[in-house]
Amino acid sequence: MRRFADLLERLAFTPARNGKLRLIVDYLREAPDPDRGWGIAAITRDLKLDAVKPALLRSLATERVDAELFALSYDFVGDLAETVALIWPPAPGLPTPMPASDPSLGEVIDTLHAASRREAPQVVERLLDRLGGSERYALLKLVTGGLRVGVSARLAKQALADFGGVDVTEIEELWHGLAPPYQPLFAWLDGDGEKPVSAAAAPFRPVMLAHALGERDLDRMAPGDFVAEWKWDGIRVQAVSEAGGRRLYSRTGDDISGAFPDLVAALDFDAAIDGELLVRRPNGSIATFSDLQQRLNRKTVSAAQLRRYPAHLRAYDLLQADGRDLRPEPFETRRAALEALSARLDPGRFDLSPLLPVESWEDLARLRAAPPDPVIEGVMLKRRDSPYVPGRPKGLWFKWKRDPHVIDAVLMYAQRGHGKRSGYYSDYTFGLWTSDGSLAPVGKAYFGFTDEELEQIDRWVRANTTERFGPVRAVRAEPDHGLVLEVAFEGLARSTRHRSGVAMRFPRISRLRWDKPPGEADTLETLEALLPEPPQGLGSSRSPA
Amino acid sequence: MRPADLLQSRPEGLYCPPGDFFIDPVRPVARALVTHAHSDHATSGHGAVLATRETLDIMAIRMGEGFAGSVQPLRYGERVAIGEVATTFHPAGHVLGSAQIEVERGGFRIVAAGDYKRTPDPTCAAFEPVRGDVFITEATFGLPVFRHPEPLAEAGRLLQSLTQFPERTHLIGVYALGKAQRLIALLRAAGHDGPIFVHGALRRLCDYYAERGVALGDLPDATIERGRSRDFAGQIVLGPPSAFASAWVRRFADPLIGFASGWMQVRARARQRGVELPLVISDHCDWTELTTTIDELDPTEVWVTHGREEALVRWCSLTGRPARPLHLVGYEDEAED
Repeated sequence: MRRFADLLERLAFTPARNGKLRLIVDYLREAPDPDRGWGIAAITRDLKLDAVKPALLRSLATERVDAELFALSYDFVGDLAETVALIWPPAPGLPTPMPASDPSLGEVIDTLHAASRREAPQVVERLLDRLGGSERYALLKLVTGGLRVGVSARLAKQALADFGGVDVTEIEELWHGLAPPYQPLFAWLDGDGEKPVSAAAAPFRPVMLAHALGERDLDRMAPGDFVAEWKWDGIRVQAVSEAGGRRLYSRTGDDISGAFPDLVAALDFDAAIDGELLVRRPNGSIATFSDLQQRLNRKTVSAAQLRRYPAHLRAYDLLQADGRDLRPEPFETRRAALEALSARLDPGRFDLSPLLPVESWEDLARLRAAPPDPVIEGVMLKRRDSPYVPGRPKGLWFKWKRDPHVIDAVLMYAQRGHGKRSGYYSDYTFGLWTSDGSLAPVGKAYFGFTDEELEQIDRWVRANTTERFGPVRAVRAEPDHGLVLEVAFEGLARSTRHRSGVAMRFPRISRLRWDKPPGEADTLETLEALLPEPPQGLGSSRSPA
Repeated sequence: MRPADLLQSRPEGLYCPPGDFFIDPVRPVARALVTHAHSDHATSGHGAVLATRETLDIMAIRMGEGFAGSVQPLRYGERVAIGEVATTFHPAGHVLGSAQIEVERGGFRIVAAGDYKRTPDPTCAAFEPVRGDVFITEATFGLPVFRHPEPLAEAGRLLQSLTQFPERTHLIGVYALGKAQRLIALLRAAGHDGPIFVHGALRRLCDYYAERGVALGDLPDATIERGRSRDFAGQIVLGPPSAFASAWVRRFADPLIGFASGWMQVRARARQRGVELPLVISDHCDWTELTTTIDELDPTEVWVTHGREEALVRWCSLTGRPARPLHLVGYEDEAED
């Protein structure tokens, strides 16, 4: 348990992706079976314990600690599980400090699995008595399901791939047929066993991705070799229905079926479809990404959300149909099979991504410049003869995104960076003018500039600091003194979490406007004009017409 | 006699009327008794300062020789009459030269512990329990959530990170007086024999500790030698936390920033500081040390100063011990940078 608690501790404070990878790979090298498998399952959230509710933790603790002392402590620490882990006193009658005891993660999980719902509080209490502070914290985060260490399932799979020296798509392909603590997987990665055979009823197939179109690429490409499609602004998914199993996967192989029961119920076929997950409006048109976000990252979904934001799949490709693997076939063959299949599907849930009439690259550029729907974020080019190859193969598929939105904003706060950016103010909060003449922060950006520009901004921040808050500095931001940043971003959504009421997608610094007086930067109103209309679902549910 | 006749709080600090002196005054006074040389306890401009030899030396290093009109060094255990009271300095185990101050008059005794800890620390004399009618305790970490882990194991975490990330400079924030030397001693005890690089702000105090017989090993300057760049990859560099906000940090390879402090026990605190490697190493008592010390000394009354007074006073009342917070101004949590 101690080794696992150490890992969580380090992961929680390590911001860099590569640092996290190394910590996990080292853990996989050092921890024995089955501990390392349980550890991975905990990180990828495939470990289901949820044995204890937070309120129960508090009552366990206050049975042993004076309620007022507990309240003062909780107030200071700010996190319930952390407070309980730190404050947990030895059981009455036990020596202080306890003799060293370090049950393995596997043992702890077996104990928890064996406990009934009624026994769980007592079991947790006995475990707390046996563990040190940092292990108690790990345990409490496990049993309350609150383990957040900034590691995505994707990153954990990458760590497994690095550990075993295999490609991550191999892990993704196997993942849903495996169950914690993944012993056959580790035997293979250790080099002591055969590669496990994918056992999932409706397995995930690693996704094919496109390269961004480079400036010169089109010169070397013949329009006749490619088909063009819109690039839709939803999320790329794989809908699989095979051998009685039905699953919806994200492009990294996370099972998101639970959040989309409406779409899963409509997977009435024997096939694996690659497409874009979108939500519809009541009038049938496609809603924007911000509406789709209402349905994302949920384990369950309410009836109201199902009604207001019905899920829809716009089909791009067909990987498997009636037991036949179509991936080696050329795109045109797969497309023909997809068209045949789509004729039998519920048009309320599925449609085909249309092919665009493109005779020349000029046609394509015109289409890209003026797409007919706001939910389009660019165009795609796919070689007619391209097989479906996992990963990002060269020369087969290309994406050409629309030009981003840009806005001139004023730098308000700068925060110190980590690692190679230590000692530099490298994370910037910028704002726009409001009608009362003040600045409202609208976003944060920390890339898009060169090292040389970073030096310049850093110098400017230090020379123009007005206030400091820990690693953050407020800087001068007045109409005639301040720094204007040109910020590029992909889209805009309403947000209740941001003071300005809007949230940008992928904001980055596109230019430093040393020449521009802050008073001439953009207003919040200008930005708000870019917002899509408010979701119609909301309005119509309030006043049924 | 009433305890308040012997020691009382005033805006300048803790005042003893029958001896006409202050303990750790935060403003200039005629006569000051100073428990230790951290800057929130030891200030300049007093008429006379009485303190241990080490505390006086460190004050001179930090503030210059003329920091007081006159100074009088006191040995631990030496009984000195001041006015109508007798005072004795006893080791507090906080930093080199740190002392508790015992004030006695007519058999009535108050012990002002200053900042103290009970965990063994090879860089200073160990805390000596002194019984008195009133015990004045600090409460910097006076909440039951503070139970400092084994400090040697924390040093081990730093060494482990060094082997895991050998391409990164491990830059650890430490207070210049006490924490720097303690961490160095812990790293030596954990088996790290190589150089530990130090920022210029730590240099004179590290040298002074060495002069007083505290072995710290090889401590080169964390500077780039003229004419050639020096790679600090895989090395430990200690500096005051304030230096990490400055351009000084940029000379190091891909810095991994840590901070050695009791506050690192609380995740939100570590995050606020933007620390990648929080090391829970404290020169103050944790909750267990505070409460067992009070139990052990068994004073008639407890006065609680800077820190989380409320919780420790609550604990005293739960255990049936008269206690009150002593609202002294000017002392900071563990700020010494």
